[in-house]
Amino acid sequence: MITYDRVRAEEKALQRACKDLGVEARLVDIKDAFIDITKGEVNPEVLKGDVVIQRCVGHYRSLYLTAIIESTGLPIINPFQTTLVCGDKLLTTLALRRAGVPTPKTLIAFTREGALKALEEVGYPAILKPVVGSWGRLVSLIKDVETAKVVIEHRELMYPLYQVFYVQEFVKKPGRDIRCFVVGDEAIAAIYRYAAPGEWRSNTALGGKAVKMEISDELRELSIKAAKAVGAHVVGVDCLESERGLLVHELNSVTEFRNAAPATGVDIAKKMVEYAISLAKK
Amino acid sequence: MKVKCPDCDGEINVPDDAIAGEIVSCPDCGQEYEVYFEGGQLKLKPAETVKEDWGE
Repeated sequence: MITYDRVRAEEKALQRACKDLGVEARLVDIKDAFIDITKGEVNPEVLKGDVVIQRCVGHYRSLYLTAIIESTGLPIINPFQTTLVCGDKLLTTLALRRAGVPTPKTLIAFTREGALKALEEVGYPAILKPVVGSWGRLVSLIKDVETAKVVIEHRELMYPLYQVFYVQEFVKKPGRDIRCFVVGDEAIAAIYRYAAPGEWRSNTALGGKAVKMEISDELRELSIKAAKAVGAHVVGVDCLESERGLLVHELNSVTEFRNAAPATGVDIAKKMVEYAISLAKK
Repeated sequence: MKVKCPDCDGEINVPDDAIAGEIVSCPDCGQEYEVYFEGGQLKLKPAETVKEDWGE
């Protein structure tokens, strides 16, 4: 079963991969569904299958649907704990640190005063990110204290979650970062993501270009270790090249691969479906 | 199949194998619509716009 709320290129690729592998794919648009979670057995008509690939683009839909599905005992890509941790940059950093995965220096603050002190400590230019968010949204490169004050002022007018200030050192990357795809125990493909002209963030959602790269031993080891740190079945591991070697900065539990699959020639959807089959209830 | 754009009357091409939740856009006005089915009939409704928690 593939649950989704918007059909992207990835969901179509997964559907095709199921067909190619001769397995029935039930595609369930959960957007307008409702699920009775007080019954012992959770709405079997909606959630019927042997294994679930959860693909909602909305993080909170994804997170809570995963909790519901997991409670029925169905294997799911990815587990609830993985989705929770990957969906929160603070929790991700803690998990990476616990597992001994190198990650950029990160400070957390809860007020304007704390954030300004944290930025001073990290040194300008620094990065300020929301703890929840994706596609580079609101990820800010702060060049000086004046800019910091403005950005913080804007954050203070937003939902309280945006007042958890995640301050990170700016790693001088060579205009690109790395996305490595891990499926099970294997690093299956990796791309450089080159930032679009006039943009410092290299997210492909912001026009970043995907270019195939060979998976080095360092990248393989680091990516698998990062995936294990959050208990992921399938995850996109984002790394930065630094003077201290590779640093993992983000993990994506509903990873997009529409640009990476053609760039690398790896059938990422097929690898995901094969792995899902191996997890399926026997 | 071809469906009339509810906004501008333009002609939207919907793939025959379209599934619920699939997004199609009007070539004339650019409005995005989501495919859904009601009583076996394919219908269009305005697609959701990007929300703050969308991503990967």
